[in-house]
Amino acid sequence: MWASFGFEFVNFYLIPGLVLGCIYALGAIGITLTFGILRFANFAHGEVMMTGAYLTWTISTLAGLWLGWSLHPLIAAVPAIFAAIGILILIDRYFYKPFRNAPTIMVVMASFGMMLVVRSTVQFIWGPNQLTFVKGIDKPNEAVRQFTADLDLMILVPNKHFWIMAGTVIIMLCFTYLLERTRIGKAMRAVSDSPDLARVTGIDVEAVVRATWVVGGFCAVAAGVFLAMDIQFLETTMGFRMLLPMFAAAILGGIGRPFGAVFGGLIIGLAEELSAYPWIGDAPLISPGYKTGVAFTIMIIMLIVRPSGLFKGRTF
Amino acid sequence: MSDPQPILELRNLYAGYGETEILHDINMFVGSHEVVAIIGPNGAGKSTAIKAILGLLNIRGGEILLDSTPITNTPPEVAVTKGISYVPQTHNVFVNLTVQENLEMGAWTMRAGIEERIEKMYALFPDLRDKRRQAAGSLSGGQRQMVAMAKALMVDSKVLLLDEPTAGLSPKYRGEIFETIQKINATGVPIFIVEQNAKQALGIADRGYVLVDGSNRFTGTGAELLADREVARMFLGGRD
Amino acid sequence: MDQLLGLFLYFLSLLTVGGIFALLALGLNVQWGFAGLFNVGIAGFAAVGAYTYALLTTDTSPFHLGGLGLPLVVGVVAAMLLSGVIAGIIGVICIRLRADYLAIATIGIAEIIKLFLKNQTELTNGPRGINKIPRTWEHFTEERFYTSAPMSWISDATGWQAFFDALPRWWWQPMFAMTILLIIVGVYILLERARLSPWGRMMTAIRENEDASQAAGKDVTRRRIEAFVLGAVIMGMAGAFFAQHLRLIDPTNTFDPAKMTFLVWVMLIAGGSGNNRGAILGAFLIWTIWSGSELVINSSIEIIANYQDMFDVGVLRTRAGYLRMLLIGILLQFILQRYPSGILPESRPAAIGKQ
Repeated sequence: MWASFGFEFVNFYLIPGLVLGCIYALGAIGITLTFGILRFANFAHGEVMMTGAYLTWTISTLAGLWLGWSLHPLIAAVPAIFAAIGILILIDRYFYKPFRNAPTIMVVMASFGMMLVVRSTVQFIWGPNQLTFVKGIDKPNEAVRQFTADLDLMILVPNKHFWIMAGTVIIMLCFTYLLERTRIGKAMRAVSDSPDLARVTGIDVEAVVRATWVVGGFCAVAAGVFLAMDIQFLETTMGFRMLLPMFAAAILGGIGRPFGAVFGGLIIGLAEELSAYPWIGDAPLISPGYKTGVAFTIMIIMLIVRPSGLFKGRTF
Repeated sequence: MSDPQPILELRNLYAGYGETEILHDINMFVGSHEVVAIIGPNGAGKSTAIKAILGLLNIRGGEILLDSTPITNTPPEVAVTKGISYVPQTHNVFVNLTVQENLEMGAWTMRAGIEERIEKMYALFPDLRDKRRQAAGSLSGGQRQMVAMAKALMVDSKVLLLDEPTAGLSPKYRGEIFETIQKINATGVPIFIVEQNAKQALGIADRGYVLVDGSNRFTGTGAELLADREVARMFLGGRD
Repeated sequence: MDQLLGLFLYFLSLLTVGGIFALLALGLNVQWGFAGLFNVGIAGFAAVGAYTYALLTTDTSPFHLGGLGLPLVVGVVAAMLLSGVIAGIIGVICIRLRADYLAIATIGIAEIIKLFLKNQTELTNGPRGINKIPRTWEHFTEERFYTSAPMSWISDATGWQAFFDALPRWWWQPMFAMTILLIIVGVYILLERARLSPWGRMMTAIRENEDASQAAGKDVTRRRIEAFVLGAVIMGMAGAFFAQHLRLIDPTNTFDPAKMTFLVWVMLIAGGSGNNRGAILGAFLIWTIWSGSELVINSSIEIIANYQDMFDVGVLRTRAGYLRMLLIGILLQFILQRYPSGILPESRPAAIGKQ
């Protein structure tokens, strides 16, 4: 039974779906925070993910070249996170802040333009070709394979997937703590609720905006690094490819609802991977070439049927 | 009864949104222990007067003084630090935050003493203590108003501005709100209240201003205005 | 003499491609300037137009649907119709969405269109694209055209071959450019008529004060869908001519939203959104800058190469394109912040740059 159905399903569809879901979830957090607190769809978010991954690669490569160190991607990611957050805050200061009180369309256009500026910069500096992030094939984790084989199942999980899932869980826990227990986190929820009320309550909205970029940037870089770890190479279009599913996840969960975005991300990731499973007969339910359309379809359905999302976020 | 030094004063104020002028030559003041009501027909500019104090509109002429210091055109986040507490008519609580968290947000500008303040608020609004872990959005209208007022009072308020606190509330809650306002005033906070519910507002007010079409029309003590024929004819007949 | 010819042909190409972009910008102006719709899926509609035209007019091919050999005009009209139909379907579903959401939805639709074109390989030859697309005027030189009516009535195959051999090889370029310019004039006149018509004035009223218009009983949604469809029809036509210009199209690179959608938006904003003349001006201007910047950057790279050895010039050359995109992106930010109404602001308040 396991051999015929479960093995294939769990190892080649379910687990990759969860992993992809984790990546979408982390990316969607930044999108929903920006949407909720700054009130606009940030088209440049995918590019920040991508830049974070490229910076991580650069740091780890340079560390190897200059210092002879061999850094695990997650370690090299730390300085990359700082750099990415710095870049985000600069972008906000010079390109988004001028439109704080202007019609939303202006800042959306600016973010669309920034998407191309950031991508072109990366393409110019690093070139458009694929770069190898991690060499070789990641073999399934032996401990898990042994353990589950003894139970007459067999779960094959490469180590990289462990890192990604564990990393996502840890980030989510920290994020929850931030939002529920810290002063700035509560202020972020307050501004997301009602920026006008926050102003007249005396909350420092610019400090909250900065915190939004910090948290969003952190999650974006994490998502980018996890993606790079998963597909094992870097490419300058990887950010844009993630953008639509991340928007879909944020909308599915409800704008301004970070946990909704996480849930949405997992759903979309699973839906994408599971859509290629041969549910009926022998052929994949949805041709793999159309996988990326799955997220979009879910999003359109949500926008028509229930624009506030599953967790009743904001409708505009 | 009238203090030499009003805590809040609007002098010859002209204000509006963008190009439109809504307030013409407004003169009002609030003494340091008073409850002062602004009443008038819809569109008279009552809420506009309050928003002008907070720096939410364009002030063309005249000035606004808080404790004799000009605060004309000060942005809201600064006004709050100077001691102006404001409860807007709608969207006056953070619906997705708990009651406790709403109060904590109210205390954003405070460095210390937040816990004691929160305790004081629960003492002043006993109903809220039980509900402190509930999301503010899940409370009834009347309770939400209490949260809004408590949140605004977390800072050292020099004056509390209330914009139609009883709008949309049932008669029972309306009575409770007016009682609470008097309680707050008794703790030493002067209150400037805009109300549609003219009769009850004047009933608790020391003084009142009647605004019509953006200008001062009548003024007097609460009792005087309640007794005035014309005022009665315009606003008090058949209301409440 | 050759240099002059080269310059002349370059100028013609600026007119041609700038003109095609002008059509795209005019289409976008109907959607954005008239109706306030934030369409970020321009490349998708252009792709629909281009592929429709290509599939209907190319010769038989083992790789894709072909061999219909329909008259070129039919191809263009079909491109416009299909583009309009798709816009209509999308419009009915999405038109009520707020600006950001509509942007996301239209980007998504462009992606779906691209996926369709990539995956339906029997139909479209997938990622490899379609080539040998007949180009107006030049198509006369193709055998299948001069061996059939109406050209076959005038002369036989040998006659035509001799005729074309005698012409300079670039003879069709001025004709093609003129055709595009004539079409622009035609579309412009039609759109100006539309703008000043009762329909156009209603659109302006809706754009400026939606609530009042709705209260006055205007069917806002219907008008918006009409504008969306009209804009898409024009974009489809532009796409068809783009296919003719390139003669080879593929789903991923030709219709890269970074280049196409983004450039058209920069053109409209720079020229003056809400303004048909602004759209045309912006298109030619930005296209010239885009094209010219290629020359400038390449020459600069050559100069750098001559004077020092530090940078790997080969690398710089291949990456010059990204530098251009980067600069245009910065240019857009500059325009958005300083001159949001564009060069030719609308006489009535424009949709952009006004609170």
